Amino acid sequence: MSDIMTKNPRGTDPLARPGVLAHRRMPRWAPAGIAVAAIAVGTALGLALGLSSKIQWGLIALILFVLGTYVITAAVEDRRQAKDRVVTSAVWACFVVAVVPLYSLVETTIAKGAKMINGNFLSHSMAGVLSNDTGGGVYHAIIGTLEQVGLASLIAIPIGVFTAIYLVEYGRGKLAVAVTFFVDVMTGIPSIVAGLFILAFWILVLGFSYSGFAGSLALVILMIPVVVRSTEEMLKLVPNELREASLALGVPKWRTILKVVLPTALGGITTGVMLAVARIAGETAPILLLVFGNPMINNDPFHGTQSSLPFYIYEQYVLGTEQSYDRAWGAALVLIAFVMILNLVARGIARWKAPKTGR
Amino acid sequence: MEITKETAPPPPAVPAAAAHGRRGVTRPGDRIFSGLSRGSGILLLVLMAAIAVFLTVRAANAISQDHGNFLTTFEWDANTTPPVFGIAVLLYGTLVSSVIAMAIAVPIAVGIALFMTHYAPRRLGGPLAYVIDLLAAVPSIVYGLWGALFLVPHLQGLTSWLDQYLGWTVIFDQSNPGTAPRNLFTAGILLAIMILPIITNVSREVIRQVPAAHEEAALALGATRWETIRMSVLPFARSGIISASMLGLGRALGETMAVVTVLSSSDKLTAHILDPGGGTFAANIASHFGEATSLGRDALIASGLVLFVITLLVNGAARVIIARRKEYSGANA
Amino acid sequence: MAKRIDVSGLSAYYGSHKAIDDISMTVEPRSVTAFIGPSGCGKSTFLRTLNRMHEVTPGGRVEGKVLLDDEDLYGSGVDPVAVRRTVGMVFQRPNPFPTMSIFDNVAAGLRLNGTHKKSQLNDIVEQSLKGANLWNEVKDRLNKPGSGLSGGQQQRLCIARAIAVEPDVLLMDEPCSALDPISTLAIEDLIGELKERFTIVIVTHNMQQAARVSDRTAFFNLAAVGQPGKLIEIDETERIFSNPSVQATEDYISGRFG
Repeated sequence: MSDIMTKNPRGTDPLARPGVLAHRRMPRWAPAGIAVAAIAVGTALGLALGLSSKIQWGLIALILFVLGTYVITAAVEDRRQAKDRVVTSAVWACFVVAVVPLYSLVETTIAKGAKMINGNFLSHSMAGVLSNDTGGGVYHAIIGTLEQVGLASLIAIPIGVFTAIYLVEYGRGKLAVAVTFFVDVMTGIPSIVAGLFILAFWILVLGFSYSGFAGSLALVILMIPVVVRSTEEMLKLVPNELREASLALGVPKWRTILKVVLPTALGGITTGVMLAVARIAGETAPILLLVFGNPMINNDPFHGTQSSLPFYIYEQYVLGTEQSYDRAWGAALVLIAFVMILNLVARGIARWKAPKTGR
Repeated sequence: MEITKETAPPPPAVPAAAAHGRRGVTRPGDRIFSGLSRGSGILLLVLMAAIAVFLTVRAANAISQDHGNFLTTFEWDANTTPPVFGIAVLLYGTLVSSVIAMAIAVPIAVGIALFMTHYAPRRLGGPLAYVIDLLAAVPSIVYGLWGALFLVPHLQGLTSWLDQYLGWTVIFDQSNPGTAPRNLFTAGILLAIMILPIITNVSREVIRQVPAAHEEAALALGATRWETIRMSVLPFARSGIISASMLGLGRALGETMAVVTVLSSSDKLTAHILDPGGGTFAANIASHFGEATSLGRDALIASGLVLFVITLLVNGAARVIIARRKEYSGANA
Repeated sequence: MAKRIDVSGLSAYYGSHKAIDDISMTVEPRSVTAFIGPSGCGKSTFLRTLNRMHEVTPGGRVEGKVLLDDEDLYGSGVDPVAVRRTVGMVFQRPNPFPTMSIFDNVAAGLRLNGTHKKSQLNDIVEQSLKGANLWNEVKDRLNKPGSGLSGGQQQRLCIARAIAVEPDVLLMDEPCSALDPISTLAIEDLIGELKERFTIVIVTHNMQQAARVSDRTAFFNLAAVGQPGKLIEIDETERIFSNPSVQATEDYISGRFG
């Protein structure tokens, strides 16, 4: 055993001098200090070199922050600590990098969109409005979005929920495996491909014309897998004891599912469905292919072309005038508000109805 | 694929056994209800089969009339006579923009996931998860609008920098310095922002599942926080992070609107990612659809089919990795 | 290298909940000290304060002093990483790194501390595995994953991993509770050998085990659920089990509660 003593690996380690657990450490404010210094230097360099874009300032500051942390820690503490601190600062930098674009996006949309939002914008269509006219509105697009998303939900939610029930409550054997597999496949379908499919099937083969409903069908394809997945997760959370208790009382299986299982999971299912609605409400590509756009109000989703909020944003962006850009931002703000409200409500329901099994 | 489903309701040792067996279903209510749910499942399968059949038929029609080589032709002139179109540029542009997106998004996403699980003060962790979810909820067209009207002008400085200092790498060389960066690089950055949430969320879940015992083992040996992550967390979470990245890649490959708005597309295939030009499958479909003739549409459907197959392979690979990981972690639980 | 531990006035918290209250004791070098007591009495928490693992738990914090040969583990400027290098730990469930081979598991701590020379690593890994009575069982499969071993072997692998870095103190948190009787016996024999070189502190649920392996025994108890755990008494193991000075200890030992 004395053999191992002489080969003590810590013999070479300067930190492990006997009885010394403490070593020189940087003060607690050091990382913040380095960050402030890096930002200051980044800003100064940006100003001095006349760099036009704040993205460059930020990048300089980030690089200085990470490198500075390493150099300073390596000097004050040691290499191991330096590595540890570099990773810490890099991870913090990642956090900043994630928040900045979201902040910028939300800030830009609100700043440019808010001035557009008024009663006139929300209650008028684009009928007779030329690209460089001011005025015009999103009313027709809101109608289009609501109808297309509403129809898609009417079709997708029952199919999705029943499929999930099948997978969790009945699913055995090859059919269930196949369904699970294809739900996974559907999850990955790009929205434009979903649009192409409905185009090939509904318009080119069956000979229907462009309409809001055609767009809804593509949205159905995008929505079903989301609904199936989230419903499935929620149904699985329902404890089996509940089912057994109900069955043991002689309640038929379908009533057990309807009266015991579904109500227990209802909060989670609602959340999942609302998130799915929020997701398809923002889809542009299938609408582009199938609904085709219409500057006028068309309340009938089954006949004639329609508009929708995402499509409207794209359309106004393509026009490329100051006035149309303004309208695009205005519509973007309306769309974001719509999606965010759906999200907030969905999460509210999730929190309120959260099963106690959550982590 | 997810065989865990089978085990979800544990084998009932109780009266439920009878009702679980298929022959136990006798009541009309039961028959209708199970029929409805099974019917939904079958409908899904029929739907997917129909997708495959119709896309293939139309695509075959287009490819048979193509006077170019569908795989190697650069141009996309499906409306002319004779029609000449190919996916070479689209395939290249789709892959390049997605690779750029991955190169940026994966490290940052893993960083954020680690931040949320290991570094963030507790008060910051919850709100940050929420912010990431919001990032995921923003519609792609809004990203596109922001990318085109805000990001493009703000990236001008960065691209001329890259051209100036890293131009010798060819990749970052700009043929006409000073042109607006409506190129694959910018598209890649925008895609990176868009796929960040999904990679972050999946990675975070995987990292959370790393058993505390592994981390404590490293800590008790006198590992620093980073050493603990390197020794215990990353090896355990690696396959999960890879599949998270694949899911993100699947998104990036098929993203349409963000690329349409940011990229000024052309038939050009160039290694200079800072030069405007190139294209992606999805963006090409969206921008050529308006003026497409009947054959033009079929040609676009053919390109869509290729995109579909690629995303299918990528997503499939991701799921296979996840499924493997389940077995692996189960064995060690 | 074994060192003495002097604890004075130590309390540990989880957030606002006080888990252990005002504990003072001395742990002698080159001896085995066992902590016994009912579930929730804070003996594991206390053990984890001895190498600053307690503060790894979110909300975990500590008041008081832990002197390791006159140096306070909680003194200002003390690096918890350095503390854990000096005070090794073996956990309740064997936790070898699942992605590492047997060799890499034992070498993990050495590599952290800057030993990379292959010959030196080979020597220390062999010595440590021998020290953990595992060498003969694994010497032919050092490159196989550690998770392929049996539970008892895994636990001895964890002990080898802990002693490879030559800590001054070895903490063991119910090291046998997940093992079968034969593996348990092997670990107990090992503890008897290891105390020649290390200061050993072991938490155990098993009073016979405490009686078999330890020189001194500390009995912890709590007044009621939700109350902080306290040290009731610490003494020679023989006395604790034959003639304890506190009634509660005798009640616990004789199986009247806990």
